[in-house]
Amino acid sequence: MLLAVLIPMLAYKGILVVIVFAISLGVAAYSTYAERKVSALMQDRVGPDRAGPFGLLQPLADGVKMFMKEEIIPNVSNKFLFILGPAISMMTALLTGAVIPWGPDITIGGNVYPLQVTDVNIGVLYLLGVVSIGVYGVMIGGWASNNKFALLGALRASSQMISYEVAMGISVITLILLTGTMSTAEIAEQQQGFVQDSWLGWNFFKNPVTFLIFFICALAETNRTPFDLPECETELVGGYHTEYSSMKLGLFLFAEYINMFISSAVMVTFFFGGYSAPFLNRFVTDPFWFPMLSTLVFLGKTIFFIFVFMWIRWTVPRFRYDQLMNLGWKILIPLSIINLVATAVGMWLTGKI
Amino acid sequence: MQSLTNRSKVVVKKEMTFTEKMYLPAILNGMRITFSHMFKKSATIKYPEHVRPRSSVYRGQHVLKRDEAGAERCTACGLCAVACPAEAITMVAAERKKGEENLYREEKYAAVYEINMLRCIFCGLCEEACPKEAIFLTDRIVDTEYERNDFVYGKDKLVEPVEKDKRIDVSVRQNEKTLEFKTHSEYGHNQVWDPNKSLKKKSGH
Repeated sequence: MLLAVLIPMLAYKGILVVIVFAISLGVAAYSTYAERKVSALMQDRVGPDRAGPFGLLQPLADGVKMFMKEEIIPNVSNKFLFILGPAISMMTALLTGAVIPWGPDITIGGNVYPLQVTDVNIGVLYLLGVVSIGVYGVMIGGWASNNKFALLGALRASSQMISYEVAMGISVITLILLTGTMSTAEIAEQQQGFVQDSWLGWNFFKNPVTFLIFFICALAETNRTPFDLPECETELVGGYHTEYSSMKLGLFLFAEYINMFISSAVMVTFFFGGYSAPFLNRFVTDPFWFPMLSTLVFLGKTIFFIFVFMWIRWTVPRFRYDQLMNLGWKILIPLSIINLVATAVGMWLTGKI
Repeated sequence: MQSLTNRSKVVVKKEMTFTEKMYLPAILNGMRITFSHMFKKSATIKYPEHVRPRSSVYRGQHVLKRDEAGAERCTACGLCAVACPAEAITMVAAERKKGEENLYREEKYAAVYEINMLRCIFCGLCEEACPKEAIFLTDRIVDTEYERNDFVYGKDKLVEPVEKDKRIDVSVRQNEKTLEFKTHSEYGHNQVWDPNKSLKKKSGH
């Protein structure tokens, strides 16, 4: 009796995990294409357009190129750690997709399934934890290369990510204060319905400053411009992946794009209503198609944020290192603490806590 | 000094104001500019499909011309090789045998004629030096190759095809003065050559 319930559930979870993997990898692969296309459009160029129609097969060609290239492991490097670095980067990037609520519960053949791999009740903490482990991939990779530039890049990466994690943590605490829960599914659920209590229901409209801090920290966490000091070509050759070649380099670069996708998804979940689409429930009520369309809306919002990431990358120049540290420690952390206190006082005055 | 454009600004190193220190207004303004560029026409010309129009006197790959009857005009005098500042041209002369009159216009011809396209600077001095109107630069672009040796173009690549419709037109390269000069049949190399008659010996130019 128990097995009869357990096995379909496990099979469903397995399928969902595979789908989430496929979507993460697919979106990340096409992010590389989109990055080049967006940058081209912003610089009045054409971008990749030779592989397939509009260059749509370009990610495939890049992938094949990465696999076919010669794989070089430097003699002086620590071989085990050298291989471990990109593996950790890729693994942590893919792990985070587990707690993201991709859509409301879906009904297939009379059974109700959640569109989330696992609803941990401390999902927010899980996200922060796994993202922090991602630093190890960069650090181990940079250190194991036994190369000065790689080491410098890794040092920059670790100090930058640790610095910005503080501000990010405090902004997440503000969010937890606001929502009263640490479960990502519940955070998304609370933001359903566009208008709540004669005010817009999404957390962004309730507390835009928190979003701003989180967004800036997310840029720093994913090593995107203007915070891409760990891999700045002009100063550090290639930063932490100087010594890497072939698919190990590919994994590092690919992990960045998966991180970008996941952090966009997290921002949508936390601040932009998750899978909530304003007024969608007035037109579609079917228990199968409503969750499907909601998921599409979620992915649409996520892709918009990926676009914003790229938009910023091709607009803003890189910070100098002292500017980066000043921004992190002297501006963002005080700002996030003030924001936390102000939110708490505001909620206390309005009687929410 | 008097300013010519009134666009120069005196550099002042001042403290940033609060709005400037916030970065955000400047970043948003920058993002507005980059976004507006997404809707502008791209400046790219997709080369193999679309070719940027070239001047009619563009100096590209050389051609060794034939005359009206299809005989090679080159007489292997070597003036082009002497004129060439890059020393890209070499040739081996040979004497025309009996029965080859329809192949070579003069008694002497180039058995081997090679231009090294890697040395060539496409200055067009060979064209100017040629007394027989045998060599011209065209608006064709030299192909890419994998081997350095493949850039040494021999007669197989330089001489234009015999077929009338495959001849390479170089008339655009000749100005009115030259075209007028070509009507003077008293100059030997302007005569339409007839293999059955020997060339009239008249003073050249």
